[in-house]
Amino acid sequence: MAITPNPYKTTGLLGWIDDRFPLTKLWKDHLSEYYAPKNFNFWYFFGSLALLVLVNQLLTGIWLAMHYKPDAAQAWDSVEYIMRDVPWGNVLRYLHSTGASAFFIVVYMHMYRGILYGSHRKPRELIWIFGSLIFLVLMAEAFCGYVLPWGNMSYWGAQVIINLFGTVPFVGPDLVIWIQGDYIPSDATLNRLFSLHVVALPFVLVGLVVAHLIALHEVGSNNPDGVEIKKHKDPNTGIPLDGIPFHPYYTVKDIVGVGVFLIIFLGVVFFAPDGGGYLLEKPNFTPANPMSTPDHITPAWYFGAFYAMLRATPSFAGTQIWGVLVMFGAVALIFFLPWLDRSPVKSIRYKGPIFKIALALFTVSFVLLNYFGMQPPSALGTTISQIGTVVYFLFFLLMPFYTKIDKTKPVPERVTYEAH
Amino acid sequence: MSNQGVDPGRRRFLTLSTAVVGGAGVVAAAVPFLASWKPSERAKSLGAPVEVDISTLEAGQRVTVAWRGKPVWVVRRTPEMLDGLTKVDSSLLDPESKQKQQPDYVKGEARAIKPEVLVLIGSCTHLGCSPTFRPDHPAPEIDSNWQGGFYCPCHGSKFDLSGRVYKGVPAPLNLVVPPYRFESDTQIVIGEDPKGVA
Repeated sequence: MAITPNPYKTTGLLGWIDDRFPLTKLWKDHLSEYYAPKNFNFWYFFGSLALLVLVNQLLTGIWLAMHYKPDAAQAWDSVEYIMRDVPWGNVLRYLHSTGASAFFIVVYMHMYRGILYGSHRKPRELIWIFGSLIFLVLMAEAFCGYVLPWGNMSYWGAQVIINLFGTVPFVGPDLVIWIQGDYIPSDATLNRLFSLHVVALPFVLVGLVVAHLIALHEVGSNNPDGVEIKKHKDPNTGIPLDGIPFHPYYTVKDIVGVGVFLIIFLGVVFFAPDGGGYLLEKPNFTPANPMSTPDHITPAWYFGAFYAMLRATPSFAGTQIWGVLVMFGAVALIFFLPWLDRSPVKSIRYKGPIFKIALALFTVSFVLLNYFGMQPPSALGTTISQIGTVVYFLFFLLMPFYTKIDKTKPVPERVTYEAH
Repeated sequence: MSNQGVDPGRRRFLTLSTAVVGGAGVVAAAVPFLASWKPSERAKSLGAPVEVDISTLEAGQRVTVAWRGKPVWVVRRTPEMLDGLTKVDSSLLDPESKQKQQPDYVKGEARAIKPEVLVLIGSCTHLGCSPTFRPDHPAPEIDSNWQGGFYCPCHGSKFDLSGRVYKGVPAPLNLVVPPYRFESDTQIVIGEDPKGVA
């Protein structure tokens, strides 16, 4: 099908533009005539909030890069300079550091929404894959950013994470040296992580977000009932009967969500920017010291669950690669979710008790893993982490079986909705 | 040039050969990007040996020096510390140091040229954290069979006072003993083998 310039036959300045660039078409396709199901609920705030946080990270990140020095000798001092001497520098940094945690909160909620309502199911598998890739890149981006202040936690965090690659058989040690560009994390390492953090990964991230949205708008949004609104269209207009234009209906709804989010977010930024040591860790208030590991080293809270899995897996056959495989496997499994769920229904509203129990166990395990991932190693923590890891994996690996035998409820033809 | 008589064999040959040449070009173009991540000449030149003076190191104490940017510990072990090494053998993964985590000239439980002077690279063999020196014992919060040693705060790996790893911890190998030699009774050179050993 050939592209028709200016399909809406606009005139004047807009017409001049539309003859040359599909401005009106983009506006209508993605906002004013993008029909989203009318029964969105609380869980549907987190997609647009993720976009908001992305913009916050890009904007504050660009400004921080104006003052930061990616140099092992100067990085720590330059961060202190931002905090003490740069006008509003502390606020810019706190917006960025709190934004990183907020990003993971909204993304975790957004992903959980997908699991609740089956938003990953056919025909939305690619949206889910793009989203999983966003999560993966986000983790890499967060790790790189975590290292940049070059505090002692940054340094030893870099040491541990880069050494994960050292467990690869045969090439591991050389791989670590290649990643570091040195025999230990050093200036070369910091400099390249800076480059990845401010140039390469944001590019990839924004590209994936665009792909995520294009795929979403191609097939249309899922909803809490998990039914396709495109099945029932107005015979005259072709508009889904249960669809409402994204703009103004959901833009207005999302602005309310933005307001509430900003109250909480800025409350943290202004009044508890270090989050009791969970958003900015105490050992990171001392410069990197390659001679001394902090007594209590934990990853950022948003990696807690995956870190707990790493720690809970014992070494076996003279290698510690198993823990690394378990940790990466836990992330990799997320990608396969659309094909693991064999239930005839999408939404948890119509799923049976087995799925609800499985999801509850998974949720508790994930929260417990996150908690114990941030605690010092202990026998009890290790045991609970081991059980949690097993539950996490079984939730995914047994899903094809338990979703198939589960008793589901009949799904309505149209979305369930009560006018307020 | 005629429009008739397309030669499919010729087309296939051209497609394949240009694809191969193009592929080789892509591989060649990737080399500078990938190779630039390797340690620079400057980083490589910083691997020189370091000298440590241990004349003031008291029995039971540890000193940490940097070699190739990594912490290297020198511990002057007391006779009690050396006696404790045998007691933990049963709790260790590789008590005889069979895995090659040390030069050939340091052997046995002591893993040292002179038993009282222990030299170790202070990087956990799990993921490279620097374990904490815990000569105090008993320490039931670490291990029921603890005769002093090194405890990794990151993932809870345990090592005895010869850097030998305990069983059932994330670290799979004993701590590394770097090449070193005694310049004199009180002077150690870290990063060089003893003279006469190649």
